[in-house]
Amino acid sequence: MDQSRIRNFSIIAHIDHGKSTLADRILELTNAVSKRDMRAQVLDSMDLERERGITIKAQAVRVTWKGHELNLIDTPGHVDFTYEVSRSLQACEGAVLVVDAAQGTEAQTLANAYLAIENNLEIVPVVNKIDLPQADPDGAAREVSELIGDTPEHVLRISAKTGQGVPELLDAIVERIPPPIGHPDAPARALIFDSSYDQYRGVVAFVRVIDGVFRPRERLRAMAMGTRFEAQEIGFMAPAMSPVDALTAGEVGYVITGLKDVSELRVGDTLTTETGGATEPLPGYKDVKPMVFAGLFPTDSDQYPELRDALERLKLNDAALFYEPETSQALGFGFRSGFLGLLHMEIVRERLEREFDLDLLVTAPNVAYRVLERNGEWREVHSPADMPDEFDDVEEPYVKASIIVPKEYVGQVMELNNDRRGKFDHMEYLSPERVHLTYELPLGEIVLDYYDQLKSRTRGYASFDYDYIGFRPGTLVRVDVLVAGEPVDALSLIIHREFAYDRGRALVEQLKKEIPRQMFDVAIQAAIGARVIARETVKARRKDVLAKCYGGDITRKRKLLENQKKGKKRMKQVGAVEVPQEAFLAVLNIGDGKK
Amino acid sequence: MSDVRHLYVHLPFCSHRCGYCDFVTVVGRQGEHDAYVDALLSELELEAVLLDAELDTIFLGGGTPTFTEPGALERLLGALPDAREVTVEANPETVTPELAALLSRNRVNRVSLGAQTFNTELLDVLERRASGEDVKRAVYVLRSAGFDNINLDLVYGIPGQSTADLERDLATALSFEPEHLSCYELEAKPGTRFTHAHGPELERQADAMEDYFERVVEQLSAAGYRWYETANFCRTPSDGRDLRAHHNLAYWEGRDYLGLGIGAVSTVGGRRWRNTPRLPAYVAALRDEDAPIRELETIDEGTRVREHVMLGLRLDEPLPLAGLGDALDDAALQRLTGLGLVRHDEHTIALTRRGRFLGGGVTADLLT
Repeated sequence: MDQSRIRNFSIIAHIDHGKSTLADRILELTNAVSKRDMRAQVLDSMDLERERGITIKAQAVRVTWKGHELNLIDTPGHVDFTYEVSRSLQACEGAVLVVDAAQGTEAQTLANAYLAIENNLEIVPVVNKIDLPQADPDGAAREVSELIGDTPEHVLRISAKTGQGVPELLDAIVERIPPPIGHPDAPARALIFDSSYDQYRGVVAFVRVIDGVFRPRERLRAMAMGTRFEAQEIGFMAPAMSPVDALTAGEVGYVITGLKDVSELRVGDTLTTETGGATEPLPGYKDVKPMVFAGLFPTDSDQYPELRDALERLKLNDAALFYEPETSQALGFGFRSGFLGLLHMEIVRERLEREFDLDLLVTAPNVAYRVLERNGEWREVHSPADMPDEFDDVEEPYVKASIIVPKEYVGQVMELNNDRRGKFDHMEYLSPERVHLTYELPLGEIVLDYYDQLKSRTRGYASFDYDYIGFRPGTLVRVDVLVAGEPVDALSLIIHREFAYDRGRALVEQLKKEIPRQMFDVAIQAAIGARVIARETVKARRKDVLAKCYGGDITRKRKLLENQKKGKKRMKQVGAVEVPQEAFLAVLNIGDGKK
Repeated sequence: MSDVRHLYVHLPFCSHRCGYCDFVTVVGRQGEHDAYVDALLSELELEAVLLDAELDTIFLGGGTPTFTEPGALERLLGALPDAREVTVEANPETVTPELAALLSRNRVNRVSLGAQTFNTELLDVLERRASGEDVKRAVYVLRSAGFDNINLDLVYGIPGQSTADLERDLATALSFEPEHLSCYELEAKPGTRFTHAHGPELERQADAMEDYFERVVEQLSAAGYRWYETANFCRTPSDGRDLRAHHNLAYWEGRDYLGLGIGAVSTVGGRRWRNTPRLPAYVAALRDEDAPIRELETIDEGTRVREHVMLGLRLDEPLPLAGLGDALDDAALQRLTGLGLVRHDEHTIALTRRGRFLGGGVTADLLT
């Protein structure tokens, strides 16, 4: 295809603002999918995505519109996948920016729109859901045009649901978005913007060809990773896989690699040919690192091998997922797992439970810390239990948080951010009603209940996004929890020294509520090193026996006893103390305990 | 198979159904007592093959066995085989000199009186028909008729009951010098009229229950009673008479028993069955000399051993370890021993005094 007739674009939208519906409508209008075969929201292939309204894995679909080849590159819609989004955007020349006519701009849309502008993409602004009675298309158009420095008249009005305005949008894509400008004769280079794993064909890479030509059966090389393989098949998605003899500069498609491990082919890497290949990779490759960590333990310790197999299989499709075996005295064998962020963690957990039928205990999440040890070496610590007792210095990850909120809630948001060691950065009015605030915050202050707090203090009106800005020194200590004198590794937390006392107190109080009375007194203590900072006692039960038991009800009494036994089995044994699984999440339930 | 030595006979009739009661009972139907006794005797005949030639114990429970029309009751007692211990449950208000004489001439040698409390207001709360005075009179009547093995049932945790009320009940009960005392916490079943009527007060009582239980054990032990089962106490006379409830002991020691009547349970040779609780269906089946409708349960070896541990650990006598196989968790045994809740030697296991208060949790821990 002549490059001048190719348009590569993404759709940027907040969850629920209609990205998937719009994609469906485009496929339908261009006859890529017949109405009869139309399974609503074709692009989101995982059930979980469909249910949560989140697109996790980007894919690309080729459609034809008035003699032009349009490649719609789907982007993940959440903060945790910023890097994947940026790679998807790099594969495009333009982006359709969708804003809900009733709800206006959200923090996430803003972040991705700025990402697109940074990547020099042509933005096609669209106000969606104009069919809704509560829609304010003009207001939304004004807001979005101000945001991207355009005029309100330039903003298209559509209803992805009814299809109104969608043909005009396709025309605008052809008219406004520039064609790609690669060199068809230069050494071949293609950007990998996504990959997935097929159990029969191995790793499938989704690529945007920048320069040159790729053909099937050629030997290829991933330049950053150094991985070599033969392209078993190349093609494009329409949306079914359609093999071709060549993918040329400007085109988008897939390469079947036959590789068995997704980690050998990283998003952002550059593919080239073994012979006559390029010498310079495309810019922008980053090794994404997990920032949020949590312990994953099977509720039933017999399920450990199944959990290991399930993680192996998930990892095939999720290069960002990290895990290593972890042994907890309290919870037994499990895995310390690293995630891009909280949503990524939630998705992995749900997939493990749903697709692999595992019953999991996920410990309270923590962030990665960098610790300068006494021997002068920096080490990254992924678990509070792993934090050395003595160290010279410690650093924690910071983010720039972006919050959009109706102006009457600005005070509450500022208060929350101050409580969470936030540093005010910037505030601007997006409209007379809505304010955009930015703060620098320690990620560790966000991973527990920040989002819940933000939502409850703003009655659900705040939208929130964040971006990593690096590690910074922190005055941090490790607070340990001892139950009946035994340290419970899974309950340790790393926290700012100033909050340690209040948090420690709140934590032992919460644990006192969650640990049932036992057959003996149980002391619950919070300690920094050898210094106990808080203590509670769960008094022993004095009676735990059924009064009556005669010939007529032996069976029923036996069943009651068996149920009691089952209840005990669901508990985790810490020394002689039975601790319910929920107690290990106590730190999540202490609310704003530091206040 | 003819070695069952324990017989239970259920007499369901009552003058009134008490709000907290969850036994199989029948109110009214005075005209049907004879037909029911006929049915009982025909079930006895049907199952006689299971019984040993000599019985150890017979227990007539209810319902209110002594509410049964006297002619029918006498006919039943007269037709039952001999046994060393024959117990009849009685409500205090039914105990008259005539009844005492009837029981006495029909070889009944133990009476279990459902006193519950001596406090008339609390008896009202329980919807019992007797007053505190009735209870006292009943004991006197039985003593006069020569009964030298009397049990009193007491209940604690009654809505409105205070610790002082309980202590008074215990003192009054002790003043009669009963051979045996059974003390139960009030079990209010969710969903019953009673629970509905006394909700918040029952919750308050539930919190006080561990305190009540401790007082009961302390006070009765101090009075020289043997705490031989979780909820049961007996005197230990110098003549060496064993005043434990031998019929109930059969349940706790895991021996086979045959139960007759509606809702009655039997356990014989690894099989357990419960008769239909429906009076008309029961009487009709036995009129045709058929067994009544029964719910059957197989007690396999593992279940039998678990039940044996569950019941055996309610007793003060150590439980022999022989035959328990791998039913006990060794690690738990060591841990509980360390906590001072269990004591064991090479051949036996028993709960310590504190362990017995926590018998349910300890047993759940001990069983594999």
